[in-house]
Amino acid sequence: MTTASSAIGRQDPGFIEVDNTIDPISGRAPLVLGCRDFHDVTHGVCRVNEAPKAPLAWWVAFSIALSFVGLLGVCVLYLIVTGVGVWGLNNPVMWAFDITNFVWWVGIGHAGTLISAILFLFRQKWRTGINRFAEAMTIFAVICAGLFPGIHVGRVWFAYWLFPIPNQMDMWPQFRSPLLWDVFAVSTYFTVSLVFWYIGLIPDLATMRDRAVGKVKQFAYGFFALGWRGSMRHWHRYEVAYLLLAALATPLVLSVHSVVSFDFAVSQLPGWHTTIFPPYFVAGAIFSGFAMVVTLAVPARELFGLKNLITLRHLDNMNKIILVTGCIVGYAYSMEFFIAWYSGALYEKFAFLNRAFGQYWWAYFIMVGSNVITPQLFWFKAIRTSIPLMFALSIVVNIGMWFERFVIIVSSLANDFLPSSWDAFFPTWVDIGTMLGAIGLFATLFLLFCRYLPMIAIAEVKAVMPQADPHAHH
Amino acid sequence: MSTLTIERPTATKAHDGSTSRLWGLMAEFKTPAAIFEAAGRVRDAGYRHWDCHVPFPVHGLDKQMGVKRTIIPVIVFFAGLTGCSVGFLLQAFTNGTGAEWSFWAIVWVTGYPFLISGKPLLSIPAFVPVMFELTILLSALTTAGVMLLFNGLPRWNHPLLAKKRFLRASDDRFFIVIEARDSRFIRSKTEDFLKSLGATHVEAVED
Repeated sequence: MTTASSAIGRQDPGFIEVDNTIDPISGRAPLVLGCRDFHDVTHGVCRVNEAPKAPLAWWVAFSIALSFVGLLGVCVLYLIVTGVGVWGLNNPVMWAFDITNFVWWVGIGHAGTLISAILFLFRQKWRTGINRFAEAMTIFAVICAGLFPGIHVGRVWFAYWLFPIPNQMDMWPQFRSPLLWDVFAVSTYFTVSLVFWYIGLIPDLATMRDRAVGKVKQFAYGFFALGWRGSMRHWHRYEVAYLLLAALATPLVLSVHSVVSFDFAVSQLPGWHTTIFPPYFVAGAIFSGFAMVVTLAVPARELFGLKNLITLRHLDNMNKIILVTGCIVGYAYSMEFFIAWYSGALYEKFAFLNRAFGQYWWAYFIMVGSNVITPQLFWFKAIRTSIPLMFALSIVVNIGMWFERFVIIVSSLANDFLPSSWDAFFPTWVDIGTMLGAIGLFATLFLLFCRYLPMIAIAEVKAVMPQADPHAHH
Repeated sequence: MSTLTIERPTATKAHDGSTSRLWGLMAEFKTPAAIFEAAGRVRDAGYRHWDCHVPFPVHGLDKQMGVKRTIIPVIVFFAGLTGCSVGFLLQAFTNGTGAEWSFWAIVWVTGYPFLISGKPLLSIPAFVPVMFELTILLSALTTAGVMLLFNGLPRWNHPLLAKKRFLRASDDRFFIVIEARDSRFIRSKTEDFLKSLGATHVEAVED
């Protein structure tokens, strides 16, 4: 059967309404619905990319996202030619939206690695439906994250000073600084995530190549598929390599947000100088990342007809993880307060009381409300399995986690040791424009990914189907 | 043996009139169970230059084929050690010593020792994060690189990729391929053997 006839000759199985959130007594509920055989999976995923025209909703979303990229370009250019004074920064608040956005984006990336690496090591088979686009989300989020420290250094043309490159000044980076650890952690994280994602993509790119009609597509997919031909001898090394990459990415992802938290925890500032930060940041990162996966998965599965592969069970599982990590974050918030009181340190006590009841009290209450209180609704299964409610709650979590970073950074800086140096931060239009622009950049990259690359790991999904068992008798 | 070698790879006429050498035989199977069963018999028949081509890793098929476990993890371990040492030496040299060093007498670098935050020049705990990140970075790049290298990828011109039927190897069909260079390969006998394994289709692959 040729590629063209296989694309046209088969009827789409259509969405099968099966509740797979409950396991039957005899075993596990199916992870893939409505696919009679392997070809249904291939076709179900690839037809999104093979459709000659993208859906109208895609074009609408893409043009909005692209216009925000334009806004980002304007804001960044204005910043570079003028200086960081175009932001609302002052002395003492020298970090505000820039680092808030940086930490927020890095955190979002963490869910992708958790799904691709940690759930892989735990043999959670449901990850196969969502890992590909969660990994893509990681890469795009880290791109957005990397932008902010890059532009906040002021003289952007000296950003290469961050790396240990021999230079005419005989100067080196200061390796005892957490800011430098961050450079290594984030760049390693980006590189390893990209490698992991690409290695996972190779077999699916080969599938795209084999189905492609038209020279350009055949060449492009063929080039990046590296001539993959599904050899079992290759698969053997591939699986070992994939396992190793998962085992390497797992400590890496835990280290990245720990190192990001060192940016604060290693300093002496009350409200930052806290030993709970590394685990607290990692839990928060996974929390916000899963919320972003839900935010992206819900419209993607509706728009591209992937409900058979990203099932209600996948969403239900993710909402459970949001609930768990939300509780960990809530525990961390209360433990911070307890330690501030228990330490007996005057400045520490003030920093936390000021955080909750000072000039940024509203930000603090948005943070606690959206990260601790509203996620508790996920205790109810009816809410965990309701598409509109989970979408709304995931947006609330995204907002709440942005405010968490804002509260930690700005409220600690604005009111430090000396009342004479206190000040308040107010964002300028450039601050807000850069933040929205980064969201636009993320959305643009994600929409391009949805259009041109297989959104679901085709080979991995096939391997978890009951038909894939070589010892099945049928 | 001498009578058998007559049938070893010979030139055949292709459709466009050009001559091409027989590269191997390709047998198609429809289910993972069928190829699993067949792979065991190809292995027992003593073939060496053969392979299975499958759209996803069929669980246990590599063992069934008698594929030896790869040494990639061992290589990655040493890559990790290298990354860790490079991380330590880089930091100790640049922040801990005033020594001079040259890269093949082209680039000269000098350390820049300075004291900060009351830490000693050789402050190992503060060096740990960078050592850790470089360990992971070098291990991960080595894992991916060595995997592709050992698999002989990228290779865009493989004889199998020219076969129309083989397009489904990345979709829903399972192929056993026996190469003509195998010492046990005799075209007619190997073809009969593959058919006896329950292959739904057997086809010659030209070089």
